[in-house]
Order: sequence, then C-alpha cells, then structure tokens
Amino acid sequence: MVTQLSVSDLSFSYPDGTEVLKQVSLAIAPGEKVGLLGPNGAGKTTFVLHLNGILRASSGTINLGGITLSDETLREIRRRVGLVFQDPDDQLFMPTVFADVAFGPANFGFAPEEVDHRVREALESVGEWHLADRAPHHLSGGERRKVAIATVLASDSELLVLDEPTSNLDPAGRRELVALLSSLPTTQLIVTHDLPFVFELCPRSIIMDRGRVVADGRTGELLSNRQLMAAHRLELPFGFDPTNIASR
Amino acid sequence: MHIPDGFINVATAAGAGVVAASGLGASLRRTGRDLSERQIPFAGLTAAFIFAVQMLNFPVGAGTSGHLLGGSLAAILLGPWLGVLAVAVVVFVQALMFADGGIVALGLNVLNMALVTALVGWGVFRSLVKLLPRRSTAVMIASMVAGALSVVASALAFVLQYAIGGEGAAPLQTVFPAMVGVHSLIGIGEGVITALAVGAVLAVRPDLIKGLSDLKLPRLATTPSRRSIVAFVAAGLVVALALVFLVAPIASGDPDGLERVAIDNGFIESAKEHPLEGPLADYGVSGIENEETGTVLAGAIGVGATFVAGLIVTTILRRRRSA
Amino acid sequence: MSGGHAHALHFHGHSPLHRLPAAVKLVGLLAFVLAVVATPARAVWAFSAYALILMVLLVLSEVPARFFLTRLAIDLPFIAFALLLPFVGEGPRFNLGPLTVSAAGLLGAWNLIAKATLSAGASVLLAATTEVPDILAGLSRLRVPPVLVAIASFMIRYLEVVAGEFRRNRIAMAARGYQSRSALDWKPIAVSAGALFIRSFERGERVYQAMLARGYDGRWRMEGQQVIPRTQWLAGLFPGIVAAAIMVASRLW
Repeated sequence: MVTQLSVSDLSFSYPDGTEVLKQVSLAIAPGEKVGLLGPNGAGKTTFVLHLNGILRASSGTINLGGITLSDETLREIRRRVGLVFQDPDDQLFMPTVFADVAFGPANFGFAPEEVDHRVREALESVGEWHLADRAPHHLSGGERRKVAIATVLASDSELLVLDEPTSNLDPAGRRELVALLSSLPTTQLIVTHDLPFVFELCPRSIIMDRGRVVADGRTGELLSNRQLMAAHRLELPFGFDPTNIASR
Repeated sequence: MHIPDGFINVATAAGAGVVAASGLGASLRRTGRDLSERQIPFAGLTAAFIFAVQMLNFPVGAGTSGHLLGGSLAAILLGPWLGVLAVAVVVFVQALMFADGGIVALGLNVLNMALVTALVGWGVFRSLVKLLPRRSTAVMIASMVAGALSVVASALAFVLQYAIGGEGAAPLQTVFPAMVGVHSLIGIGEGVITALAVGAVLAVRPDLIKGLSDLKLPRLATTPSRRSIVAFVAAGLVVALALVFLVAPIASGDPDGLERVAIDNGFIESAKEHPLEGPLADYGVSGIENEETGTVLAGAIGVGATFVAGLIVTTILRRRRSA
Repeated sequence: MSGGHAHALHFHGHSPLHRLPAAVKLVGLLAFVLAVVATPARAVWAFSAYALILMVLLVLSEVPARFFLTRLAIDLPFIAFALLLPFVGEGPRFNLGPLTVSAAGLLGAWNLIAKATLSAGASVLLAATTEVPDILAGLSRLRVPPVLVAIASFMIRYLEVVAGEFRRNRIAMAARGYQSRSALDWKPIAVSAGALFIRSFERGERVYQAMLARGYDGRWRMEGQQVIPRTQWLAGLFPGIVAAAIMVASRLW
C-alpha cells in the first residue's frame, strides 16, 4: 500500500519513567480520513505531538510520504504535517487572523507575495476570508476552529491532524465543520471523543488505550462492537445506533 | 503609580529614559537566546497575567486601595530579567494603548515599575530564601518581604526623581514621608498577595518558580490559614513601621517638625474622603495626609492609624454590603 | 478592558489620521508631548495653542468629541490630586475668595493639569486612530527590539483570555458562596491569582508547541514593512513640529 503516514514501533516515556506510548504502529494511505479514538489518558495527544516532532520518541520511526523524521527533516515534516490543537486559543496566537495564518508560511520561508497568496487561498477554502483583519478572540467558536484549520492549510500540509475538533462547537458549527472536512481532499487523522462525528466523517478508525493500538478497522464495525467499546470506555450517545445508519 | 506627563521635567524624564533603556537592553542580553527560542510566549502570557492582576484593587486602609505592581511576583516566578521585560511591556502598552501614564514619562514608569520592583524583589527574595530554612512558609515570607520592599523601593525611586526634577510644587519634606508612608501600606498588600500567589504556585507547580529552580525544597501543599495571613499582615506592618523609623529621619529636614506633632485628627478624616478605588488614590493621599507630618513619630502613628482606620472602615463597609 | 482590534480606546474610521502609518504617529506623538512638557508653566498662551492643535487633530480624526472626552477621563483622579497642590504648596500665600492658597502651588497645579491633560489627549488620539497590530508594527519599525514587540503582541492577544479566566474564577467562587467579609480577606484573591498564573503559564507551553508545529525556529518574523513616503512623514510630524516651535518661542519669551 502507498502510505502517506507510516509509524512503526513508536515508544515514548516521560523523564520520570511513565510509559505513555508502547510500540505504536499504524499506516494511513493518501486521502484517507481516519478517526483516532480512546479514553482519556490513552496517549492520543502525546502520539499526535510526535507526528510533528514536538515530542521525540524513545524508539521507533515515523515516515511521512517517504521522508523519515529526523533532525535534518524536522522542518520539512513540520510543514507537511498540519497540527490543529484542541483549544483554538492556543493555536491562534497572533493579533490578527491574517498574521496568524501567515505565521506558518512565513516560517517555512515562502516569499512575501507567496505568503499573502497562500493566506488568502487558505482562508477562502474554509470560507472565512472576510475575517482576515479581525482579532482571533473576537471570533465565534466555529469561526476560530475554521481559522485554526486555515493556519495549517496555508503551509500546504499533506496530513491534517485535528485534536478534538468538535469540542466547544454548537451543533451548527459542528455541522459546518463536517462539511468543511469532508470537502478537503487532504489526508486527515482526527482525534476525538465525538463518535457520531467520526462515524459521519471517517470510514476507518483506530482505537488506542494505555499507549497501545488496540483496534483498527471500519468505523461502523468498531462502533457496533459492544465488547470492544466497553473494554475501552467508549460509549455512544443515547439513541445513536451505527447499525441503523447507512454505513460509510 | 503611573506618573503622568508634566510631573517630572523633561531632562529628568529623558535621563530616566536612558537608564530604563539600558536596563531593558541588559535584560534582553541576559535572557538572550533562550528567550527568543522558547520564552516569548511565556513572557507574553505572564505580562497578560500581570495586566489582569493589576486591575485588582485591594484595600490598604483609610478607604484607599492600591493595586498590585506585580514586579516582584514576575521576578520570583520568571527570574529577574524576564520579569523586567514582562512588566516593562505592560507599562508600554498601558501608556500607548490605554493612555495610562505619560509618554515622556514612559522611561520613569518603566524604571520605577519594572526595573526597580523586579530587581529589588528578586534580590530580597533570593537573599531571604537562602538565609531562611528550606520550607514553604519561608518561601512565602521571603515573597512577602520582597513584594513589600519592592513597592517601597519603587516609591523611593519616584521620590528621587521628584527631588531631581519635580514640577509639582509640593515640598520634598511632604512628598518623601507621604510617598514612603502610603507605599509601606500598599507594600503590605503587594507583599501578602505576592506571598499567597507564590504559595499557590508552590503548592501545585513548584517547578514553575524560577526563584527556586536551583534550590531543593520539600514538596509541601500550602494553603495558608487565616491565622497565617493575619501573621503576614502583622509582619508587614512591622516592616512598614521599621521603614518609617529608618527612613523618615532622613526625610524630615525640619527638626522643628517634632513640635508640630499635634497629631492631626484631620489626617484620618481627610484620607477617608478618598474614592474607594481611585486608580491614583495613592498619589491623592500622598498629597495631603502628611501635610503636618515630617517626623518619625508622626509617620509611625500615621501608618498605624491609617491602617487601623482603614481596617475598620473596610470591614464595616464589607459587612454592610454582604448583609 | 479589551485587546486586539476593538480595544477600549479605538474608534473605527478612515480619516486622514487613521490612514497615517503608525510609526509616523508614534514619532509625532512623542514630539508633541515633549514640546508640551518642556514648556514653562507660565506660558499660558502656548498651552492654549497646543490645545488648539489637539482640537484641529480631533476634528480631522472624525473621532466624536464625546468619545474623546470620556476616554480622557483616565486623567481625572490626577486632576483631583493636582487641585490639592495650591493648599500644600510652599511660598507666599494669598487669598482666593474664602481660601488661602500658595502661589507656587497654584502654578504647580496648573502646570500639572495642563501638561497631563494635553499629553493624555494626544495619547488617546493615537490610540483612537490606530489599531493595535499597527501600533506593534510601528514600534518594530522604530527599532524597538523585536523580542519586546513579540512579548507585547502575545500579551495583547491573551489579555482578554486571561481576564476572562479570572472573571470566571471569581464567578465560580461567588457561586459557591464566597463573600469577602473583612479587609483581611485577601487570600481568595491571591489564591486565584496563583491559579491564574499556573493556567497562563501552561497556556504558554501549549502556545509554544503550536508555534513549533508551524515551523517556529526562534526567529521572530514580522510582516514586511512598506516604505513610508516622505510626504506622510511631513504631514504626520507637522503638528509636532509646530508644537516644538511654540515651545521654543515660549522659552525665549
């Protein structure tokens, strides 16, 4: 299989010895949309911080579109992996939306005109170009989320990694986010507790628990497997039955 | 504490500007590469934190309230150089975007509120923490004294600038004891809040306290009791009185002052008239309350009386409000 | 209190003053205030001229007078203090109606009120006509070290976030029955300040990670700066130059 992302035997411990990731291996093909599920403390966010080289593994390798993560390729990997943090207030740290979206491309060394062009393109692709001159903290939750996604689109990321993208969104904002993400051709890895969201968006899901990958398969099948779900503290919202909804 | 334009003449303000700029330059060099690499967001967030906390007014007595300067707190938490930068940025933004504090006086304000408070606070804190036993109470006492002295030092810096180039027409013998007296009280508030804030961080994330980073401390959960707060305030009062005794004799150039001690009843009354939370109330009081004082005794009684009166007034007010 | 675009002192508009580059306005502000502060208190005519300049600029800026005056109120506590000076000042005293005042004190009060008000007025005008990101860009153009500008930029960005957390913290305390009962009740204030610091600091850690994720390598890249035409410098500095001329004249006479 041609892989966009391939991770093999990734392990990570904190300096105090706590093992957070234990030989995690997985592969994602170009254009795939994959959900990453698991209870709190499973190591999902720690894993995600590795994909961008912010945390460095004790052992194991990460390969992105044929490039293996190392000190030499760190910059290139960071450009190719777009990380969207859980709290848009952490992601959007510049005084204006425009400056924030420009932050990545400017760091990755694009020429000023090219930066401007990319900012416009990225904001237009999330439908929020009109917000360019606004201050991030004056935006609604849904707008912040879309602008946060634009900040990584502007660097031409090949792999979009979203940490809890639906947290703090109202139902309309959530619906718009589904529409936006399904319209983007980029490969996506979505970390979330929002199981209906994953079911709607991602044909495939991976379940992590206690630092290991414990299941990997079609989202509908995983969500319908009561034993598996119960074993990893995953619960569907009341009245939501994946077997009743046309599987994706 | 924000000095507006017109209070200190241009030459003195410009001199202070040069001193402030070289202080900032030194801080930038000291923080150096580490800062640009890693700590810009930390310093920015801390500055935002200090800005938010500066809006907190706390009662200092006689219906006056002071607000936290935050310099010593920033220094204890971030280290002196980064602390200086964070508070300096706060002062800059207040002047340019909120018209709080003068433009020509910017150098004076950066000097008094960022450099003096952070460096004095750091120096006091570090000396005490090394002297005292390694216990969390000791850390809090050190923070308390550092906070209190940093405010008094800041007031002294102002008095010095006023002596060199003041245009206020109030005599120095009035300004000196008034500033030091009132800021001893504000210093108690600063000290208590600094100590409790450091204590709160110490209880949860002691690793975040730069001023302790090289010292081994047993990890102790500290939630100070009401009794220990009373003890802190008492200690602060002692510090304030000690300061008056030490400093006031230098301040009073007029030995006849002793004869005029006729302790002013008007003193407390006039102070009470001040708006509860006027941002510049500290100046307002400084103008009048020591009109007749200038001696050690008057200063000491003034500090004590103001404190007690303020305590009574604010307690009554709060009881009534919550009743 | 506010940060970012619609900060408390900003008045949205497209006047000639709004359009001037921030760097020009900052230098102009400094020149104007320097002139004001350096003027001897007795030169009442000069202060009237400065006030006139300020009024012309206010009209040009299209900022409503009401907006301007309410923002200028930050000056008020200080004026209250200045009004005390005539009573504590030294030197010969004379009768002013029922009051006895010191001549030096009266002059001192006038000096302070005139200068502080004119300076605050000019600052309010700058803040009213300049958006925060432009002030930051102007500062970096004027060679303020980029690290300081960056710290200021982060501070402004997170001011409202931190203040919001602080507010919620106090509401949560009130919701669980906390009432301050005496003047010694500083503890909850301080403890929530400590908690707030921890949250701010931890947010700093996450923001740093978000910066790394987008290729931050320790070099702070500010946006490209356009060249400011000489005519804009001249136009922007004109009030400051006039004020300087008035100041020189006031000192000579």
